[in-house]
Amino acid sequence: MKKIIALLLAGLASVTGAWAAGDGVAWDRFPTQKLTDAAALQHGAKLFSNYCLSCHSASYMRYNRLRDIGLTDEQIRDNLLFAGEKVGETMQVAMNPLEAKQWFGAAPPDLTVIARSRAAPGQGSGADYLYTFLRTYYRDETKATGWNNLAFPSVAMPHVLWQLQGQRRATYADEKDPHDATKTLHVFKGYEQVTPGSLSAREYDEAVGDLVAFLQWMGEPMQKDRVRLGVIVLIFLALFTVVAWRLNAAFWKDVK
Amino acid sequence: MAEFKEATAGAGVGEKVTVWFENRFPTAFSEYKKHLSEYYAPKNFNVWYFFGSLALLVLVIQIVTGIFLVMHYKPDANLAFASVEYIMRDVPWGWLVRYMHSTGASAFFIVVYLHMWRGMIYGSYRKPRELVWIFGVLIFLCLMGEAFFGYLLPWGQMSYWGAQVIVNLFAAIPFIGPDLALLIRGDYVVGDATLNRFFAFHVIAIPLVLIGLVVAHLLALHDVGSNNPDGVEIKATKDASGKPLDGIPFHPYYTVHDIVGVAVFLFVFSAVVFFAPELGGYFLEYNNFIPADPLKTPAHIAPVWYFTPYYSMLRATTDVMVNVLAVLTALGALAALVGGGFSGKGKLAVAVAAVVAVALLKTFDAKFWGVVVMGGAVVILFFLPWLDRSPVKSIRYRPVWHKWLYGVFVVFFIVLGYLGIKPPSDAGTLISQIGTIFYFGFFLLMPWWSRIGEFKPVPARVTFAAH
Repeated sequence: MKKIIALLLAGLASVTGAWAAGDGVAWDRFPTQKLTDAAALQHGAKLFSNYCLSCHSASYMRYNRLRDIGLTDEQIRDNLLFAGEKVGETMQVAMNPLEAKQWFGAAPPDLTVIARSRAAPGQGSGADYLYTFLRTYYRDETKATGWNNLAFPSVAMPHVLWQLQGQRRATYADEKDPHDATKTLHVFKGYEQVTPGSLSAREYDEAVGDLVAFLQWMGEPMQKDRVRLGVIVLIFLALFTVVAWRLNAAFWKDVK
Repeated sequence: MAEFKEATAGAGVGEKVTVWFENRFPTAFSEYKKHLSEYYAPKNFNVWYFFGSLALLVLVIQIVTGIFLVMHYKPDANLAFASVEYIMRDVPWGWLVRYMHSTGASAFFIVVYLHMWRGMIYGSYRKPRELVWIFGVLIFLCLMGEAFFGYLLPWGQMSYWGAQVIVNLFAAIPFIGPDLALLIRGDYVVGDATLNRFFAFHVIAIPLVLIGLVVAHLLALHDVGSNNPDGVEIKATKDASGKPLDGIPFHPYYTVHDIVGVAVFLFVFSAVVFFAPELGGYFLEYNNFIPADPLKTPAHIAPVWYFTPYYSMLRATTDVMVNVLAVLTALGALAALVGGGFSGKGKLAVAVAAVVAVALLKTFDAKFWGVVVMGGAVVILFFLPWLDRSPVKSIRYRPVWHKWLYGVFVVFFIVLGYLGIKPPSDAGTLISQIGTIFYFGFFLLMPWWSRIGEFKPVPARVTFAAH
C-alpha cells in the first residue's frame, strides 16, 4: 500500500513538473502597485495610444471609459484621439486585417482583454507576461522583422518601442546539458546594448510598467470597484451569517 | 370542492384575507403543509445535508442571471465574443451578473458533487429512494449538458475547441458517428449554426427539462421521506398522532437551518465573484479571453474542471487499456463461471457474453471505447441502488475497511480530475488508468464487496444531541 501511494505521489510530482516548464524565459513580476497609481495608468494610456493603437485595436474599450483613470473628455480628445473619432467610440484601428496579415504574417490581435488571456498557471499573470515580453526584445537578423523576443520566440511583431529602449543584441553560450552529457544547450547569457535608447534601462522598465498597468486595467476596467464592493458584500454576509446562526439556534434550542 | 370556510367573528384583516385565499386556492395551502410545514424531516441532519437546498439556490441564481445575460448576449459567431465584453463593460452591473453566472456554473458542480457524495455515504439511494436517486442522476446529466452547451456561448478559444473536441467524440461511435456529429454541429465544423443551436439548448430546452426533473426529485423525496446520516427510517417510529418521533417540521426548523448554509455558501461564492472571478483559470479559462479562431488550435485543450475526472477516463482508454479491459472481462467471466452459482444455461450465457464483449473490444477503435468508458462512468450511477447489497445504509455502521474504500474512491476521483486538467504524460496516463479501473471496479464489484465484513448494529432511533 505504501509503495502504491509513493508511486502515485511520484507520478503526480512528475506530471506537475512537466506543466510548470513552459515556453520561453521565466516571467518577471509586474509591479502591481502601478494598478492603483493614476499617473502611471494615464501615462500607460498615452503610450498605448501612441505606440500600440496604430496596429492593434481595443475594440471593446470606449475612449470615454478613460474617465475612470482620471482623464476628462477634453484631455482624451486632445491627447489620445488622432483621426477624428468621438470620445464615445471604441478604440478601432484603420489597418485592414488582410493587409496586416500580409505584412506581419499574422493580424495584430485586439488588445482589450490581452492581459487576461495571457496568464498561465505556474508562470504568472497576464501582466507578468506582457511586462516580460515588452522588455525582452533583441536584434536578430535571421528574422524577417530583424527582431526576436525571449518571452515569445520568433514573434511576428517588431520591437515597436525600440526608440525608447535602444537596440540590444542577445549573447548566447553553448553549455553542456546537465541531464545529458552528449547534448549541448544554447543558453541565454545577457544583452549587449548596441545603440542607446531615449530612455535609460530603469526609465524604460518604468514606462513598460505603466503601459502594462494600463493594459491590465483595460482588461477589466471595473476591477477596483469589484474588489471595493466585494469587501462590503463580505462584511454584510459575515454579519448575516451570525444572525442566521443565532436565529437557527433560537429555533433549535427546544428540539430534544 | 371543499366546504367554504368562514372567518371567525371579529377576525383581523390578515385572517380574512387568508380565509379568502384558502377558499379559492386550497391547493396552495395543502401543498404548503405537505412540503414545508408538515413535511417531517429527520432531526439529525448534518453538514452534508446543506447541499440539496444550496443546489436549488444555485439553480435560481443561474436562471435569474441567465435571463439578464440573454437580454444583452448575441448568439452570432461574429458578435458573441464582443457581446460578452459589452456585458462586462457597458451594461450596468453586467460584470456582476456575468461573474455570478460563470461562478455559479462551477458552484453548481461543487454543490452537486458534494450532494451526490452525501447520497453515496449514507445510502440515500437505497429502497425506497431509488427513484429519488435516478431523478438526481438525470439532473446531473442535464447539468453536464447545460454546462457543455453554455460553455460554447462566450465564443472564446476554449469554448470553440472544447466543443470541437467533445462533438468529435460522438464521431467515434461506429456507423452513425460521423452523421451524428454533423447533426449536433449543424455544419462540418463548429460554426454559427452550432452556436445558435447550443444557445437554444442552453436557454430553453435543457432548463425546462432540468426544472421538471428537480420537481420530480423533490416530489419523490417528499413521498418517501428524507434519509439521514444514520440510515434509520424515521417513519418506523411514530407517536400517537402519527408523526415520526425523530422528525421535525421542515419549516421552520430546516428553513432557518438552511439559511445558515445559504449564508456561508454566499460568503464563499461572493469571495470568488468579487476577488477571484477567474479562480486561477479554473472557473474562467485564460484562453477563453481570446476570440474563437477556427484556424488556430490551442496547444492544450482541457475541459473545465468539473468534466475532467471523466475526461481523464477518456484519455486513459488507450489501446493498452482496451487490452487490459479485455483481460479483465475474461477474468470476470471466469470468476462468474466458477463461483457465480449459475445454472448450465446461465453459464453458457455468461461465456457467450464475455466472448462477444472481448470480440467487440478488439473490433472497434480505442477512441470509441474511451467514449463508452466516459459515458459509462456516469450511466453506472443509475444502477447504484441495485449494486449496493450492504445490510446497512449508512457508512456509520459499515466495516472500517468500507470507509477506507470510499476514501480511496474519492481520492481517485479528485486525482482523475486533477490529471484531466494537465497535459497528457506517461505517468499521468498510467495513474488515470489505475483510477479508471478502480472507479469501475468500485461499482461493478459492489454487489460482492458491499456484503462482506462486520457491520455494526443500526439503532432503532437516530443519534441526536440537542444543540
